[in-house]
Amino acid sequence: MTASQPTEPLLAVKGLKKYFPVTAGLFRKHVGDIKAVNGVDFSIFPGEVHGLVGETGSGKSTTGRAAIRLIEPTAGDVRFMGQNLLTLTPEQLLNVRKHVQVVFQDPFASLNPRKMILDTIGEALVYHGIAKTRLEQIERVEVILNRVGLPGEAMFRFPHQFSGGQQQRICIGRAIALEPKLIILDEALSALDVSVQAQILNLLGELKDSLHLSYLFISHDLSIVRYLCDRVTVLYLGKVMESGPTEEIYRNPKHPYTQALLSAAPKRHPDEKRERMLLKGEIPSARNPPSGCPFRTRCPFAQPICSEPPPRKTAGEGHEYDCIL
Amino acid sequence: MEPILKVKNLTTRLVIEKHPYPVVEGISFDLYPGRTLALVGESGCGKTLTALSVMGILPMPPAEKPTGEVLYQGRNLLELREKELRKIRGGKISMIFQDPSTALNPVYTVGDQLGEVAQLHLHLEGEEGEHKAIEALREVGLPRPEDLLEVYPHQLSGGMKQRVMIAMALMCEPDVLIADEPTTALDVTIQAQVLDLIRALQKKKGTAVLLITHDMGVVAELADDVIVMYAAQGIEKGSVRQIFDHCAHPYTQGLFESRPGEQAVNQKLKTIKGQVPSVVHFPSGCRFHPRCRYVMDKCRHGVVPDFELEKKPQHISKCWLHDGSEESALKLEREQE
Repeated sequence: MTASQPTEPLLAVKGLKKYFPVTAGLFRKHVGDIKAVNGVDFSIFPGEVHGLVGETGSGKSTTGRAAIRLIEPTAGDVRFMGQNLLTLTPEQLLNVRKHVQVVFQDPFASLNPRKMILDTIGEALVYHGIAKTRLEQIERVEVILNRVGLPGEAMFRFPHQFSGGQQQRICIGRAIALEPKLIILDEALSALDVSVQAQILNLLGELKDSLHLSYLFISHDLSIVRYLCDRVTVLYLGKVMESGPTEEIYRNPKHPYTQALLSAAPKRHPDEKRERMLLKGEIPSARNPPSGCPFRTRCPFAQPICSEPPPRKTAGEGHEYDCIL
Repeated sequence: MEPILKVKNLTTRLVIEKHPYPVVEGISFDLYPGRTLALVGESGCGKTLTALSVMGILPMPPAEKPTGEVLYQGRNLLELREKELRKIRGGKISMIFQDPSTALNPVYTVGDQLGEVAQLHLHLEGEEGEHKAIEALREVGLPRPEDLLEVYPHQLSGGMKQRVMIAMALMCEPDVLIADEPTTALDVTIQAQVLDLIRALQKKKGTAVLLITHDMGVVAELADDVIVMYAAQGIEKGSVRQIFDHCAHPYTQGLFESRPGEQAVNQKLKTIKGQVPSVVHFPSGCRFHPRCRYVMDKCRHGVVPDFELEKKPQHISKCWLHDGSEESALKLEREQE
């Protein structure tokens, strides 16, 4: 929970970068880069839920994907369970992949509509040699389905026969099938209604405790992040603005962007009075991010010095932010 | 104050495999100038179809002609012919939609689309129309509105598109604005900007707003009155304070309890068990009874009447718990322990 972890981090990401090339003309000449992720550091310790928050285009999903090489990062250093992920051969990578799973936003789009749930969840069990026979596969899938709150019969049905919440349960079932160490939840609750969201949140909490999981929770929903995450990293235009223990960040945000983001969240009660820090304009293009602090074009406290790279400051144990103020 | 729009007992049915199913059932409300009424509920509860019925833009078929009354300036909009309705829709009653990128026409410039509204409803041609369009764009806080007229929707960001749509809807100074999930597709910082904008414009022009949303946060920001919908019916109705401070219907309570952040960190969230029934499988009796923790025998059959909990402002709950009987009182007491 706290910053002073005696153990090694499960996943340590340093200086992660992912540039998407922009090409033009007949010969696809390289004319620039979309700097989706531009030097991101964060670590996840065993049993921890780490939140990545930011607006659309801040690079939070790309960070999650590049960190486990679902897309190849441009630069950086990623250590997972002590191994350097970026130098592994494809075969070695497959072994590591067993320990990392992903759950995406749209459950229906991430399930194969022509595959029975048994095959969707059970495929990896056979592939990794955990289940050797069909019977073994069926037995294991039943256990998994019960774990995520679905009846065993569900395995003989197809994705379209389930509601959105049940489909997300199936996706979570597929993710825990190989007993991973880390699950990346990429906006996994965003497509669900509030009452279903609460059910899935509870399920995630139970699974975390019983299977000793860690989560990388990517979301734009600040109230869910506060509820679920132990630590938070706030991203803006592919860079870390602030990171630290969740309560610390929510109670005492240091970076102007974090302050603006938190103050923009809707009120919880009509009588609540809130000092709003309204931001002007919108997030700039990641192709030509502002020099120095990327937030300076919208920051109400911007000064000329902000065009220089901002210093990293410490505000408490494990609570860091990049701002001159 | 007189309501500007009165909806009485609005019912809309959808024909699925030759059988009509109610998707909006017995919804009644009044809209007042300068006030906002929120229709809240989860996906599939009929909140958007209520709005489409009021606007007269239901897809027919599969929908059948709505029954009930939508009274605007003494006329029932449901009975008007399309030609008559067109004069009102977009001019006097206008609507903004959830997804601004699909609601704007991609092959016309912003200027063309705003100009069309000016021409149809305000009878402003050419330069006059252009002036009106620029004025409307300036009002929603878009920078350099003159240049925007030549721009196509894909060249704008989501927040800007939503502003263009609001400009279009408010251009003719409508009496009623229907906002269907106006900020769901936007980031929080942009959402705060757009909500501020709607609030400011409403104050300035005294527009009545019908806000459709699933987000209690947006309700807290904008609404004066609230109707909570579940399975095509309005199940609780009251002022925003009544709903937030002492909501009465078990479904509304469930919605509030499942919001993360109501309880201490790492404590389990209270959830509503089960899931929203589909329109072809609505349960008998109270439609919420299979999921309700207070369920009693009388909930399983028959029609649940509206019970008035408070007179002024009116607070109504469609739930047997509030019938004043001994059984219900006991049930309430026991559950609260």
